[in-house]
Amino acid sequence: MSSIPTETVSPGKASLFYDPKIRGYVYQIVLLLVVGFLIWSAASNVIENLRAQKIASGFGFWHNAAGFDVNQKLIPFSASGSTYGQAFFVGLLNTLLVAALGIVLATIIGFSVGVARLSSNWIIAKLAMIYVEVIRNIPLLLQLFFWYNAVLKPLPDARNSISLPGGIYLNNRGIIFPNPQFAPAFEWVVIAFLIGIAGSIAFYIWARGQQAKTGKQYPNGWVAFGLVIGMPLIVFLLAGQPLSFEYPQQGRFNLTGGLQIFPEFVALLVGLSTYTAGFIAEVVRAGILAVSKGQTEAANALGLRSGPTLKLVVVPQAMRVIIPPLTSQYLNLVKNSSLAVAIGYPDLTQVFMGTVLNQTGQAVEMVSITMGVYLTISLVTSFAMNIYNKRMALVER
Amino acid sequence: MTDATLDNAPNAFVRRETLAQQPAPLSVAGPVAWIRSNLFSSPLGTVLTLVSLYIVIVGVEDLVRFYILDAVWTGANREACLADKIGRPVGACWPYVVDRFQYFVYGSYPVSQRWRVNIVFVMFALGVVWLLWNKAPLKKLGAFFFFIILPLSGFILLLGGATAEGLLRNLLLLSAALAVLYAVVSFVPSLAFWTPAPLLAAEREASPWQRFYRPKRLILMALVVFGLIAVIQQQLGLPRVDTGLWGGMTVTFLISAVGIVFSLPLGVVLALGRRSRLPIIQLLSVIFIEFVRGVPLITVLFMANTMLPLFVPQEYSPDRLLRPLIGVAVFASAYMAEVIRGGLQAIPKGQFEGAMSLGLGYGQMMRLIILPQALRIVIPGIVNTFIGLFKDTTLVAIVGIFDFLNTIQATLVDPTWATPTTRTTGYAFAAIFYFLCCWGMSRYSIAVEKRLAAGQRR
Repeated sequence: MSSIPTETVSPGKASLFYDPKIRGYVYQIVLLLVVGFLIWSAASNVIENLRAQKIASGFGFWHNAAGFDVNQKLIPFSASGSTYGQAFFVGLLNTLLVAALGIVLATIIGFSVGVARLSSNWIIAKLAMIYVEVIRNIPLLLQLFFWYNAVLKPLPDARNSISLPGGIYLNNRGIIFPNPQFAPAFEWVVIAFLIGIAGSIAFYIWARGQQAKTGKQYPNGWVAFGLVIGMPLIVFLLAGQPLSFEYPQQGRFNLTGGLQIFPEFVALLVGLSTYTAGFIAEVVRAGILAVSKGQTEAANALGLRSGPTLKLVVVPQAMRVIIPPLTSQYLNLVKNSSLAVAIGYPDLTQVFMGTVLNQTGQAVEMVSITMGVYLTISLVTSFAMNIYNKRMALVER
Repeated sequence: MTDATLDNAPNAFVRRETLAQQPAPLSVAGPVAWIRSNLFSSPLGTVLTLVSLYIVIVGVEDLVRFYILDAVWTGANREACLADKIGRPVGACWPYVVDRFQYFVYGSYPVSQRWRVNIVFVMFALGVVWLLWNKAPLKKLGAFFFFIILPLSGFILLLGGATAEGLLRNLLLLSAALAVLYAVVSFVPSLAFWTPAPLLAAEREASPWQRFYRPKRLILMALVVFGLIAVIQQQLGLPRVDTGLWGGMTVTFLISAVGIVFSLPLGVVLALGRRSRLPIIQLLSVIFIEFVRGVPLITVLFMANTMLPLFVPQEYSPDRLLRPLIGVAVFASAYMAEVIRGGLQAIPKGQFEGAMSLGLGYGQMMRLIILPQALRIVIPGIVNTFIGLFKDTTLVAIVGIFDFLNTIQATLVDPTWATPTTRTTGYAFAAIFYFLCCWGMSRYSIAVEKRLAAGQRR
């Protein structure tokens, strides 16, 4: 094509208006100004409104008397003598308690269901599938209402408690367990238990070194079992069984004594763990399916039996896929534990964003403290996750 | 070896004809083999099968007995569902659901005005089908309908009163003005001074209806829809219905619709911001996304409820229903942004480079090349986020909004239907509703995923 001019057009000095660098600076400055203006106007409105409504600000409330009581508390707390600051820790500990137990339960249920979905047993696989589909497609709040209002509330009242074997009672005020009473000598059992854990870790490291050197395998599992369970048991018997139980007594109107677990806690724990388990099951299934069949076949070809194949070949590779989404499910569980507010379990959100906020009216402080706690948990976890991912990532050329 | 040599083979033991195919032995095919390998493959498997069969039989029997066989189907009040009144064990109390159904759908919206909600429902369904049904024509027009026309007309129809009337008048004026401008420019193309000369010449050749192809339909549609609403308003009147009266599935769908309508564009902006090379834009996007994703929705709702009124001057204090709507939209946009970012990352670098080598600027490159591809591949992710959003709408009950779940909770304390089984019935109804909605959406997303993967299938 001869019509195209052959001489090159000299790149003239482009105007500043079209310089991408200058434009970038301008965009960013404009954005900063807009965001700054929004924050400034919001802040000045907040100050204005608080003054108009005569609401105090600042964190002076932290040491003020709380004046309300909380039914479930892991640290001493009373309406008369405690402060809002203590209420914060009561709520935080309750959140952490239900989250920790929920994570353990959800992991157990989730892994079982996830493996069951891949079972060669048709009926088991279908049951697991139904569980996952039903649980995942119904809102958690509805499930919590179901557990709390439809399952636990209609239980008989305290006078007609259902008596379960082992001195356990069940009524609409919760589950009442025998309260364990620890004698001072019980400390020795705890010490033995800790030594057992340390000892089995040390043995595991030693045995691995031996195996690397000589190829000889040691029964790690049995040794650990003996050290962690057996040794404390022997100490327990030697120390003269320093543990007794205070059994709940059926009184005229109520049960006295015993360790009471509140129905709010039970409902939240059951609801959270079954709900999250549905999601974990899918994560686990995807992780196992991600390990290609050739890996199993290669392990079999090397002469590994099905047990070691799972333990040494399939699970380590599946875990690499499972762990990142699993952590985000754990985080979801922690965040979802704030639904406690709907059924009255005194977690951080219920105590702090609910009761304390209503009493003091200091919305800005309460909301930022509560959000700050959840944000810290999330950020710390994802930071740890990033480190883990870097360590676990496939090292390729 | 040919057939001829076979025929001539001397050995009598060489078979001359093919045997008829035998059925596979019973131990490897057929129902018996299936049962053996899938149900009774090992002793442990057998035990598991028997135990789960027992659980299934007992569970299904209980459910069927409670919700169907023993259930009460007709009645006027709680008397119909009390075991000692009707002299038999009573399961689910369905007349309660029938009686309260209107309330579950509309909340306390005035009975005489409920047709307005119905119109919005129909428009919403139309928009959803238009966007999600693969073979529907004119997708861009559909997007305009769903993201612009539907929110505006929904607002006008549901709220009514002077505010809506003023908005409607302005919208009508605007679309009429645009239509006039459009008509004038179509007939006298030389007035369109922003059109380059070659394009202008081409425009002159075409008949007026074919000129300036693109915005024609959008303007026409705005004119028709707002005109129809204006006619309705003139004929039937749209008195104001305060948001405090809205409730039931109406609010559930409203929150989900607002969530998706606002979170999708916001999510796109945030995702682009997070992938931007300009450090401040990137930093602000990251902070926003990670902050919102790090806190529970309830705290965001509490924040919207208690802090939003503080952020603005008192006379602009947002409506009680608007606050959680803002909270949900903000919350969903952060999750949407992460989904869309995934799509952006999946676009190969060559697409960006190709777009740039064609001389497209950033805006054109994103709008014409990158986003159409990126959004298409994350449709399943968007639908999954939307399922989560739909389930999360129940949380607005905690800040006192009467969504569907909260209307059920409210009827449970009503003495008219207070029976021992009302609660279970109401929850079962809610569970069925949410399950059908979410399960349907997840089926859709799986179907889309299959269709998208069709290119990679061997």
